[in-house]
Amino acid sequence: MNMRTPLKTARNLGSAKEGADHFWKQRVTGVANVALGLFLVWLIASLVGADYATVKAKLANPVIALALLALVVSGTLHMRLGMQTIIEDYVHGEAAKIVCVMLNTFFATAVALACTFAVLKISFGA
Amino acid sequence: MVQLTLPKNSKISVGKTWNKPEGDGDWKEFKIYRWNPDDGLNPRLDTFYVDRSQCGPMVLDALIKIKSEIDPTLTLRRSCREGICGSCAMNIDGTNTLACLKGMDEVDGAVKVYPLPHMQVIKDLVPDMTNFYAQHRSIEPWLKTDTATPPTEWKQSRGDREKLDGLYECILCACCSTSCPSYWWNSDRYLGPAILLQAYRWVIDSRDEATGERLDNLEDPFRLYRCHTIMNCAKACPKGLSPAKAIAELKKLMVERRV
Ligand code: SF4
Ligand code: SF4
Ligand code: FES
Repeated sequence: MNMRTPLKTARNLGSAKEGADHFWKQRVTGVANVALGLFLVWLIASLVGADYATVKAKLANPVIALALLALVVSGTLHMRLGMQTIIEDYVHGEAAKIVCVMLNTFFATAVALACTFAVLKISFGA
Repeated sequence: MVQLTLPKNSKISVGKTWNKPEGDGDWKEFKIYRWNPDDGLNPRLDTFYVDRSQCGPMVLDALIKIKSEIDPTLTLRRSCREGICGSCAMNIDGTNTLACLKGMDEVDGAVKVYPLPHMQVIKDLVPDMTNFYAQHRSIEPWLKTDTATPPTEWKQSRGDREKLDGLYECILCACCSTSCPSYWWNSDRYLGPAILLQAYRWVIDSRDEATGERLDNLEDPFRLYRCHTIMNCAKACPKGLSPAKAIAELKKLMVERRV
């Protein structure tokens, strides 16, 4: 039987004094994703029908390669933050929640590393 | 995980029809949620008919007429009958609102009346507001100052006073909080729109000296940041307030003090 006072329950463990950082990073990466996403659309459009050598030459351009890497970082960061919010909304068991948040981080990191590797390989590859 | 279907003992069955319309009259049908903690039965939806020519225009008038003339066990909260006490909040025709401000003619066909959604029910249309009130208490809704109390009043400029407009009118009816999906899923940790609007009301009060401490207590992934600007709250508020806007302002202040 729960014999705690309602106020004790409402105060619970107190404020985490955190959350603004998550919120702000999500906005910043959101804005960055709009600009970088438009760049990606332009890049793909300009390479429609091109052969591998042309694509390679284009990605050898440091500005283009860096913009792609920026998109990878910003995109996966945004994805991780957004997914974490959804997990916190809907997964209620404490253990399940921690596991999900962790898997989410691993997944986003794996996607980021794979994309980074692909961009670098094409950009630097002979 | 979030529970999407009602537990077995909360499934609503068809209830009893109390009075068939008799004779001439302008009859309006009411379907009302009933649940009695003492009879061990599932909730049910009872049907009543009210002659509009013999009754005031609001849904609350009909509920009171039903209680006094047809079934005295119908249980509901009400006090002011003019939208100022906040006690008659319930779900009418699918929307959280005040029974005393909702005209029965605003509803086509039968008027469906349920208690506020996603709250524990005490009986019939009476939800358990314990946690809601405790959450309100937890934001310390009173003026906090360190400066010695002035011999007269705490002064406030006209401009600063105007900042409280759109906030002080809140009657804590909980229509907004119980319409908010985030509050449904996480009301144990998320404060919800009503309480956050109240919190903001104290954060921007020019006379209050605990602004930083108040923001500290709100900065929490659950207490504040469960709000995803779904805007149900602003749509539901029977006083025309926008808790969503107050919450957005709080989030802005959180960024402002760190960027
Ligand atoms: S705006 Fe925020 S508080 Fe309002 S209904 Fe949406 S999530 Fe809930
Ligand atoms: S903001 Fe509106 S709906 Fe919410 S508690 Fe206050 S008066 Fe009721
Ligand atoms: S009875 Fe007071 S708000 Fe409806």
